[in-house]
Amino acid sequence: MTPISHGADWDFGLLERYDGAIAEVAAEYRLDTYPNQIEIITSEQMLDAYASSGLPVGYPHWSYGKEFIRNEQAYRRGMQGLAYEIVINSNPCIAYLMEENTIATQALVIAHACYGHNSFFKGNHLFRQWTAADAILDYLVFARGYVMQCEERHGAAAVEEVLDACHALMPHGVDRYRRPAAPTLKAEAARLAEREAHRERQFNDLWRTLPECPAEGRTAGKARFPAEPQENILYFVEKYSPKLEPWQRELVRIVRKLAQYFYPQAQTKVMNEGWATFWHYTIVNRLHEKGLVDDGFMLEFLKSHTNVIAQPAYDSNAYGGLNPYALGFALFRDLRRICEAPDAEDRAWFPQLAGSDWRVALDFAMRNFKDESFIAQYLSPRLIREFHLFAVADHDGEDALKVDSIHDEHGYRRVRKLLAGQHAQEIRVPDVQVVHYDRDGDRSLTLRHQRRRGRPLTDAAAEVVLHLRRLWGFAVRLETWEDESRVGDVVECAA
Amino acid sequence: MLHLIDRRPNGRGKSAVNRERFLRRYKAQIQDAVKKMVGERRLGDMEQGGEVRVPKKDISEPSFGFGRGGDREFVLPGNREYVAGDRIPRPESAGGAGGSGSEGGEGGSDDAFTFSLSREEFMQIFFDDLELPNLARTEIGHSEQRRSIRAGYTKSGVPANLSVIRTLRQALARRIALAGGLARETDALDAAFAMAVAAGHAGQAAELHAELERLRRRRGRLPFLDEPDLRYRNRVWKPEPIARAVMFCLMDVSASMDEDKKDLAKRFYTLLYLFLTRKYGAVDLVFIRHTDDAEEVDEETFFHDTRSGGTVVCSALELADRIRMERYASGWNVYAAQASDGDAFGADPARSARFLREQLLPATRYYTYLELAAPDSQERSSSLWAEYERVAEASGNFAMRHATRRDEIYPVFRELFRKENQ
Repeated sequence: MTPISHGADWDFGLLERYDGAIAEVAAEYRLDTYPNQIEIITSEQMLDAYASSGLPVGYPHWSYGKEFIRNEQAYRRGMQGLAYEIVINSNPCIAYLMEENTIATQALVIAHACYGHNSFFKGNHLFRQWTAADAILDYLVFARGYVMQCEERHGAAAVEEVLDACHALMPHGVDRYRRPAAPTLKAEAARLAEREAHRERQFNDLWRTLPECPAEGRTAGKARFPAEPQENILYFVEKYSPKLEPWQRELVRIVRKLAQYFYPQAQTKVMNEGWATFWHYTIVNRLHEKGLVDDGFMLEFLKSHTNVIAQPAYDSNAYGGLNPYALGFALFRDLRRICEAPDAEDRAWFPQLAGSDWRVALDFAMRNFKDESFIAQYLSPRLIREFHLFAVADHDGEDALKVDSIHDEHGYRRVRKLLAGQHAQEIRVPDVQVVHYDRDGDRSLTLRHQRRRGRPLTDAAAEVVLHLRRLWGFAVRLETWEDESRVGDVVECAA
Repeated sequence: MLHLIDRRPNGRGKSAVNRERFLRRYKAQIQDAVKKMVGERRLGDMEQGGEVRVPKKDISEPSFGFGRGGDREFVLPGNREYVAGDRIPRPESAGGAGGSGSEGGEGGSDDAFTFSLSREEFMQIFFDDLELPNLARTEIGHSEQRRSIRAGYTKSGVPANLSVIRTLRQALARRIALAGGLARETDALDAAFAMAVAAGHAGQAAELHAELERLRRRRGRLPFLDEPDLRYRNRVWKPEPIARAVMFCLMDVSASMDEDKKDLAKRFYTLLYLFLTRKYGAVDLVFIRHTDDAEEVDEETFFHDTRSGGTVVCSALELADRIRMERYASGWNVYAAQASDGDAFGADPARSARFLREQLLPATRYYTYLELAAPDSQERSSSLWAEYERVAEASGNFAMRHATRRDEIYPVFRELFRKENQ
């Protein structure tokens, strides 16, 4: 076949032809996606999009302005390039492409975002569970309108105060487990009827003859509220804060919903980027195989691709943490290799995968894991060697860091476990929960930070408590516990 | 199924509102930064935008996070020499091997958040709350320019100004108002007529019919367009403030004015110039330097050429007045700023003060006098100052201040041009 185009320039007709070719290849690999909506924007618009975490609509807040200024500065000075694209988890899936890109880059981006990320958004269990792709754009429009309406009615300063406080608690405003849906009236009636029937079946007149237990024994110690610690602090505030006005409650809810929307993204960074990178690589190579793109296109593509998946060593100046693109891409490629051409080591480590259909194996991995479990499940010894991964222990009592384990026979499992743990949400966000709301007393709220392995909170905790105090309206205390005993100072903010 | 949308025409600036919010929130810090910036700047760069640094801790968004301490392990790529059990000395800062991705503690993040202000934003903050004195009050009276502006509608005018839409609307309203009553009467009569016909009262029916005819004719006679309906677009002449200003810069370049003092004066002039350019469309500059006699020079010479000699202040004032009458006699807002160390001798101070009071001040909007002294000088008042003080008491558009250090210039300037209602 003849290549679709030569040269670097693109136009809309060409984009459509490339999209058609890519869609064909994606269908060959059975990628399931939302419909695509591609929007062409300028670099300045890209900076705008950056500031609002890529969302096309956002409510006004100074922190977005700060983010915008920071990005603009970095971009102007050449410290930071712009992403080629931004993609939004919505239905239809919206991808922003920059006009400065060449046609090779545009094709890469279409494969990466519109087929890679898009299928991940549609398939991964976290996204399926936590985000409503059909409704998010409408909700954003509502949120923006609501915030601006509140500003008009109550003043920008009052709104800003609530939003500031909510933003401070945003990482603690997500549900990690789905709340059971409230039962319908019918289900509730059925449950009550069943309960009644059960009681009738179990009726025994003998129970009536038992002596009453002493009255104070039952009521002694008022029931603690909440009965169980609550980890979703914003939810608790929204539902129980004694002082919030209804509009303030709604603002808390808006921030909470946004936090929940971003929750899956934070947990699947490696997987999501790895999946998209794997697919742009696979799809474009397939296009080249079919003769739809020329060698010049491929060279430019490979240059961008290798830039994306570069992983500098820990002691290099360019090191900025583990590159999720690199790690994710390597994981998915390795997974395919294990399926297609396993060696003895792979057979020992992944007996169920070796020799199976790689498309099924990849699809399964994409749907059912998050970063933590994905690494724990699929990081092979070969990858650990390739990345030269090693674990360093930083313990309080010792005056030097210790190399805990490296990429050798004894270290594989340990390194894999630690790397997986490093990507766990529980490790990255401190465990702070609401343990007590003194409903009958001074209405104070008590939070508990469950400290693990002696890792303290930063000093910013005091400011966060102050923010929470503003939302709550009464005294807020933050205690730190480790292993069932209280440690450290209590951060307290009086009413 | 692919949707391709070209968003480029939508324009940028979606973040403008957020940026503006950010600036407003940190106004105090930014104002401080701007003030400092002015002190450090060269004159030529004064009106550029600039980089503002705000301490990072002031604008941080707090959240619960892990501090340093406790036990933890982290995984890094790119091992070359280590084997399990090796000990690595703890790095000093959190950089290097200390951080594992995003959770690398917060060591070394004390530096400032830096960003640039555009020229407009810079000027906005720079001159926030400042007002040109005497501007609003006097300009209308002195104004010689007038502009025709729209001012609603009138009932009389020339046909060219006829507003067809207004006129027809008026006519429609009149027709509805006048025909409504007739219509009701006609309806009532119609009903009565029908009843009379049905009852067979021929006489009454004929009477009613005649009445009906009369009403119908009356209705038919209502004109479609009548004289009172006509409406004309109205225009009035409004006096316009004069959009031009001239600024006289008078500076003493005698031997007693050393480099430092000249630098102070330069700064003051620059501020005034920037301020005027913000208020007026066009600002002319006249540079007059004087020793024992005055001459008009260009900007370069004014600021950078050295010359020495005695001091006769009055010569400069006279020259300024002559230039004003020659070139800026009418249609100009005249401002003047004089900088000197006040070292005038003999009869000169008194003569200058008199000339100022009688000739120059009545013709200027505002006259500022800045007396420059060396930082270590004890005696603050000069003979010129004493004379000028009396002028200041007598007139409202004259202000004078002392300045000794570079960072005093901006506060002095602000004080001179503070909004009067504050």
